[in-house]
Amino acid sequence: MKLKLKIWRQKNAKSKGKIVNYDIDNISPDMSFLEMLDVLNADLILKNDEPVSFDHDCREGICGSCSLFINGQAHGPDRLVTTCQLHMRKFNDGDTIYIEPFRAKAFPVIKDLVVDRSAFDRIQHAGGYISINTSGNTQDANSIPVNKNDADLAFDAATCIGCGACVATCKNSSAMLFVGAKVSQYSLLPQGQTEASRRVVNMVNQMDLEGFGNCSNTGACEVECPKGISLDNIARMNRDFIKAKISS
Amino acid sequence: MSKKKLTYSLNYRKPKAQYNSSDELMICIRYYHKCNTTNKTKVIKKSTGIKCKLNDWNSDWHKTPLRRPVKDTDPNHKKKNKLLKDQVKNFDFFDSSISSPNNNFSSALNSKLPVGSIDKKWINYKNSINLVSPANKRNIDVIVVGTGLAGGSAAATLAELGYNVKTFCFQDSPRRAHSIAAQGGINAAKNYQGDGDSTYRLFYDTVKGGDYRSREDNVYRLAEVSANIIDQCVAQGVPFARDYGGLLDNRSFGGVLVSRTFYAKGQTGQQLLLGAYSAMNRQIARGKIKMYNRHEMLDVVIVDGKARGIITRNLINGKIDRHSAHAVVIASGGYGNVFYLSTNAMGSNVTAAWKAHKRGAFFANPCFTQIHPTCIPVSGDHQSKLTLMSESLRNDGRIWVPKIIDDVVKIRNGNLSPTEISEENRDYFLERRYPAFGNLVPRDVASRAAKERCDAGFGINKTGEAVYLDFASAITRYGKEQALVNGQDESDKTNIEKLGKEIIKKKYGNLFQMYEKIVDQNPYETPMMIYPAVHYTMGGIWVDYNLMTTVPGLYAIGEANFSDHGANRLGASALMQGLADGYFVLPYTIGEYLSDEISTGPIPNDSEEFINAEKESIEKLDFFINNNGSKSVDYFHKKLGKIMWNKCGMARNKKDLELAITEISNLRNQFYKELKVPGDKNEFNEELAKAGRVADFLELGELFAKDALDREESCGGHFREEYQTKEGEATRKKEFQFVSAWEHIGEPKNAILHKEKLDYKNIEVKERSYK
Repeated sequence: MKLKLKIWRQKNAKSKGKIVNYDIDNISPDMSFLEMLDVLNADLILKNDEPVSFDHDCREGICGSCSLFINGQAHGPDRLVTTCQLHMRKFNDGDTIYIEPFRAKAFPVIKDLVVDRSAFDRIQHAGGYISINTSGNTQDANSIPVNKNDADLAFDAATCIGCGACVATCKNSSAMLFVGAKVSQYSLLPQGQTEASRRVVNMVNQMDLEGFGNCSNTGACEVECPKGISLDNIARMNRDFIKAKISS
Repeated sequence: MSKKKLTYSLNYRKPKAQYNSSDELMICIRYYHKCNTTNKTKVIKKSTGIKCKLNDWNSDWHKTPLRRPVKDTDPNHKKKNKLLKDQVKNFDFFDSSISSPNNNFSSALNSKLPVGSIDKKWINYKNSINLVSPANKRNIDVIVVGTGLAGGSAAATLAELGYNVKTFCFQDSPRRAHSIAAQGGINAAKNYQGDGDSTYRLFYDTVKGGDYRSREDNVYRLAEVSANIIDQCVAQGVPFARDYGGLLDNRSFGGVLVSRTFYAKGQTGQQLLLGAYSAMNRQIARGKIKMYNRHEMLDVVIVDGKARGIITRNLINGKIDRHSAHAVVIASGGYGNVFYLSTNAMGSNVTAAWKAHKRGAFFANPCFTQIHPTCIPVSGDHQSKLTLMSESLRNDGRIWVPKIIDDVVKIRNGNLSPTEISEENRDYFLERRYPAFGNLVPRDVASRAAKERCDAGFGINKTGEAVYLDFASAITRYGKEQALVNGQDESDKTNIEKLGKEIIKKKYGNLFQMYEKIVDQNPYETPMMIYPAVHYTMGGIWVDYNLMTTVPGLYAIGEANFSDHGANRLGASALMQGLADGYFVLPYTIGEYLSDEISTGPIPNDSEEFINAEKESIEKLDFFINNNGSKSVDYFHKKLGKIMWNKCGMARNKKDLELAITEISNLRNQFYKELKVPGDKNEFNEELAKAGRVADFLELGELFAKDALDREESCGGHFREEYQTKEGEATRKKEFQFVSAWEHIGEPKNAILHKEKLDYKNIEVKERSYK
């Protein structure tokens, strides 16, 4: 395959970026999208040019490192995959591909396609946990039965990989799907009930502080989420948030 | 009688005339030893880590019988002299380790195993460990390198206990450590299924699975704390799979006959890591953990023989920092990426562990690597990594190749579909060779069996390196069960297939989706194609019962250490070990060391040792940036991977291993001559980070091959072609029932072997059979 790439290049957080054109040839349809970028970078290095920086690590769709806005879509045209699982067979010979970083006020660019998503970590610091120490003396794991349906829903929410596609896709750069998923995981389990109100209020406050926008229910985040996290989680978070505010 | 001699010297780094009399130089001890059999004199040079002023040296201190090099003008002279004296005392240990290669066991390795009966050892030991009071813990700093299951859980627990913790990861968030990719599950001896499981059985299975090359006491402790892990994780909100009664569900993994594996679909590692990450978050919010994301450890700093800190590079702006602490914990994972292609993440590397090794920590059993049987086969030269298909699939999938070679040819040409091959023309080779365990034999056995079939010409893809993993019979079985439950017609084949597929989807949905995205085939309709790939490394930094390395104050946990899995790890045991080390072992055993540090006070990070280590790290970065070569880092990494896979992979032999040592050594020389790293060191520069990592892989690879050459037996993941039975099974040797711990001396090929004898008092060492 022969492709025209239009890639966002930006030296560092302070400098101005721009789209740069690259032509690339001999791309196999069996390559992943990131392997295609590897080929481009190998070529750039040999030409004494600087390779394109992008975040990536596990390359099996679970670590949440890889991002990329490809032809206007987070993680590219395929559904329920991350960029590392996107394969070149989804493109045609001669295609022009635009590659940009995930853009949001709360995700400043570090270099080229690499962005700083530590705002997500800080939201988790604000309450994304159950306050329990390691002791080896907690009660037996089977002492509290959990309704299978709730356990499954909690698991589905917990599969969020924190990649930030929801934020990049949302026209308001809202992180509600990400926060909603974490809040839901705990509020669906009996272990998370004790501090449920405190958790949702603190996490939502931190989310606002980080500069994420609000939710206007377009549902774009759910469509682009590589893990298929459901919008129901946002509704559950809103319910918990209102409940916490009223009862406090 | 062998002749012993001992001399001291100063380590001059430039001509003597260029030094001033007040300059300080490192003291080295040389051990001379004449071997009885070869009559050759061997010299072992050992740096003492102690410096001496040229002045003092010239006043002939070393000729005095007391041999006290550090004069009392130095405030730490007592401590330093004691250290040196201890080194001299150890002379005999070094002596025994080189005198005869086969039988002597090194007493330089003190594994500090508690006494008593095995089921009481950990409890009794815990009760006798020195404690650090809460008030003193506040004054003690601990550095944790790596935030996977081991590092994350250790950092959280140490902070809960009250220590000041600094944690480092190269990823942009601790949640992205590669533990996240573990799929299948975590073992625990809970016996919830009532199938006769117990602590002893888990211990037994792990030691047997490891082919009797792991340390009995460590494994028993692991089995003992396994149940606590599940309790802890559930309390933390980890959403394990449950049945309709609301209780936890279990499944089976390879090499065992009970169901003790807890799971969260095919994302167990993710859920457990997020659990440890949440515990860390709580401590970060409290200010007890200081988290450094996108930071890479470049070196460990040893002061007066103790680990006192690390040198790091900020991967965003290239800033080099010195971090000091009272103890350093390495939790940086395994070194599978030495093979270039593996199931490890792209960034997984050996640098932290290797730097620890170069600073004095012995490296144990580097050749024990796990090649996982069920991975998606390599598709082409561009491939950057391999993807695992969880072992849990072998609960329901059956592995086969065609019996008739003509069918193989037709499949490869695309003229025949595997579903068209009748049952009698299929060779379910695991069920045929190992009827008792069938498709659930341990990983080393399954991988070798697949390789044997492919080598015989029965591989079913274009490269000839793939076998089938087939779910058709499981789909029918589940479909029939479900039809019975629903009261539907059990002879309606389409309905049964539909119901069966739904069940399979519920169990392995995400794995099937992953397969489909990568291979572009629907695994519900045609069998999966799989082939073995490098997955995990059982070898690692040598540690004692306290998980401390041979350097005081330097610890290694999780995959980075060597202790629990012997020559082969059982499925779902890596998560168990990582969390056991981090939540339940290290936080207590570290007290034994730190209780002596309560009056030490803060460790200065401007001592000479720190400044020198920092300087060395910067010099190395400068070298890479300024090197005027023409080849990229990946060029060398791929070449190294090819040598490792072809000569140190699933089957090894003497000739190839000797070749590998030479080839890797040559490749390393070429690397330093011809490497090209673009960009600058004071910016985000992934190529520069990769260069440092590959430089360390190029050294480790050589030690790996040396270790494999030295171990003249087959056991677990280490298969030497010279040592096999007629049926192609591994031949173990009693005289190799030891841990190989390598001490770094210059080049990796010159490393010195220390042996730790493995005794089995609570389990009978038998021929490992799964037939």
